[in-house]
Order: sequence, then C-alpha cells, then structure tokens
Amino acid sequence: MTGFVALYIFTLAAVTGYHIVSGVPASLHMPVVSGASFVNGIVLVGAMVVLGHAETPLEQALGFVAVALAAANAVGGYVVTDRMLAESRSRGRKT
Amino acid sequence: MEFRSFLIDFTYFAAAVLFLVGLKRMSSPRTARGSLLWAGWGMLLAVLVTFFWPGLPRANLVLIGLAILLGGTLAWYIGRKALPADLPGTIALCNGLGGGAAAAIAAAQLTEGGVHSLTVTFLAALGGLLGAVSFSGSLVAFARLRGRLEKPVRFRSQGQVNAAVLLIAAVFGLMLMGNYPSHTTMTVIFFLLALLGGAMIAVPLVRGDVPVFVSLFNGLTGLAVACEGFALGNEAMIIAGTVVAAAAARLTQLVARGIDRPLGSVLSSAFGGSASTSAETGGATR
Repeated sequence: MTGFVALYIFTLAAVTGYHIVSGVPASLHMPVVSGASFVNGIVLVGAMVVLGHAETPLEQALGFVAVALAAANAVGGYVVTDRMLAESRSRGRKT
Repeated sequence: MEFRSFLIDFTYFAAAVLFLVGLKRMSSPRTARGSLLWAGWGMLLAVLVTFFWPGLPRANLVLIGLAILLGGTLAWYIGRKALPADLPGTIALCNGLGGGAAAAIAAAQLTEGGVHSLTVTFLAALGGLLGAVSFSGSLVAFARLRGRLEKPVRFRSQGQVNAAVLLIAAVFGLMLMGNYPSHTTMTVIFFLLALLGGAMIAVPLVRGDVPVFVSLFNGLTGLAVACEGFALGNEAMIIAGTVVAAAAARLTQLVARGIDRPLGSVLSSAFGGSASTSAETGGATR
C-alpha cells in the first residue's frame, strides 16, 4: 500500500466516522461510545496475525497478551453495548 | 492459497462495511435495536477468517485459541456481572484493554528482528504510545467510576509534569526509530513512561468529567489500532480504528455538552487546570 492510498483511506474513514455519530441523541451517548469501543476489538485480528507469526518466546508472550486483551475488548465490548442499548430502550419506554 | 488470501481480504472489507452500518444504525433510536448484531457479525467473520491465514504454525494457532478463550471468558463474565450503574466503568475497562492490545502488538513489532521501513517503525511506536496511554488512563478511569480513588489527585505544576512525562515518552519513541532494531531496555522505558503518562492524565479529573475521558481514551485506542493496522498492513484495522477515532472525537464533544461542561476546561483539567467549583460539586453528584 503506498503512502497516498493510506492517506486517502485515513481521511475518508475519519470523515465518515465523524458524521456517522453526529446526530446521536443524549440517551444514546454512552451506548454508542460503548459500541465504538466494541469496534476497536478488531485489534484482535492484528493480534492474531502477530501471535500467528511469532517465532521467539518473547514474541509469543507479547502476542499472547495482545490476543487475550483484544479478545477481552471485543467480547466485553459486545456484552456491555448489548446491555446499554437494552437499558436505553427501557428508559425510553418509561418516559 | 491465492483464493484463501482473497477470501480473507474480502471478509475484512465486509467487516469494515458491517461496522459502519452497525454504528450508523446505533446512532438513531429508531434503528438502534439490533444494530449491534451488524457490527457483531463483522467481528465474528473477521476473527474466524483470520484462523485460515496462510502459513501459521499449528502451535501458534493453539495459543491463539487459548488466549481468545481466556480473555473472552473473563470479559464475558465481568460484562455480565457488572451492575447497571457500573456499565460506564466497564466500557472504560474494555476499551483500555484494547489499547493494551495495540501496545502489545507495537512491542512485538518493535522488538522483532525483521527489518521494517522507517514509516512502519514510526507508526508502530506511535500506536504503542497511544495504546499504552489509553490502557493505563482507562484503567484509572475504570477504578474511579467503580468508586476507588474518589478524590481527584492534584499537585503543584501538575500540567508541566504530565506534559513532560508524555513528551519524554515521545522522545524515547523517536529514539527507538533511530537505533533500530530497538534496544530492549529503551523499549521498556518507552512503554513504562507512556503508561505512567496515561495514568497521570486520569487522576486529576473531577469524577463527573471521567465519562468525557472514557470517550477520549476510546478515540486514542482507535488511533492506536489504526496505526498498528498501517504497521501490519491490515486494512480492516485501519478503517475501523480511524472510524472509531473520529467518531470518538465527535462523541467526546457530545458527552461534554451533555454534562454541561466546555470541552476545553475538561481537557485542561487533565493537566491540572482548575475545574470550576460548580462542576466540582455538580459533576460529582451526577
């Protein structure tokens, strides 16, 4: 990937991300923060590649830590987002 | 083999699209229901297809499986058991762990023997710095939202000290680029300083401001993920990380507005700037 292609991807993704959440109502602020945090869990894929290619014990140790932390981010992010969305729904019904 | 690479690339692309659709739907009350499933499918597919990455030795695949099982089970348990009032703190925890993962990837990249270009080393180090700051900062935010360290910690010249720690960490990061392959001691000092800096940003905040910083650290993790994505040549990480970083920038503004606090003063309080007394009391009771 050349530098400029990377720069295009970065710029377009940044503009998209900013606008996608622009109109979030206050009741959904924290659920969407949580959802975005869940999407960060994609770091798991990179961690898997690093551990997969690890050759020395040090690399394996770092890779193992990376995969475990990333998996916790992905799974925990999903569970918490699910609960927060449900909570904001029930709050919405009450009012 | 050729088809396998294509399938992996295509799945990563599909995952990126599913993340975008999921976040978009989540942002409106009409469509929020079920929106998480879109992003969830993207994640599941991306992770599953990565197991079929060509040329991975079986021993490492077993380690990957074990690590996912370990981290995933613990996080599932913590996420399920958390009381509803503790959920914001749990967001901080999960997000901090993601930052830690990015930092660990950076450490592996920086210490491995292979030759990388200067750009790759720079981005790996930058992602490591941001990830480590987000990791320790989010853990402190988690502890504080869970009722530990209730009182903000303040001392004289806090702003200068915090800025100095982060700056020295950045200088170490640049030095890592200079004498590559990196010296292990220097790499360790670099990460320790970054971790210290992240924690030091999070201790002076008044408690009501902490959610703003949960969102901010979320953005730092996103940037760290994007940086490591560049370093690893993984487009899904670049796109997802960047989208989250930009979304978090917007959400940080919105959350600050939601608690009636100008974003500037929240940010400056991380460097010891005075938080107004009204925010001190009003924020703490929230």
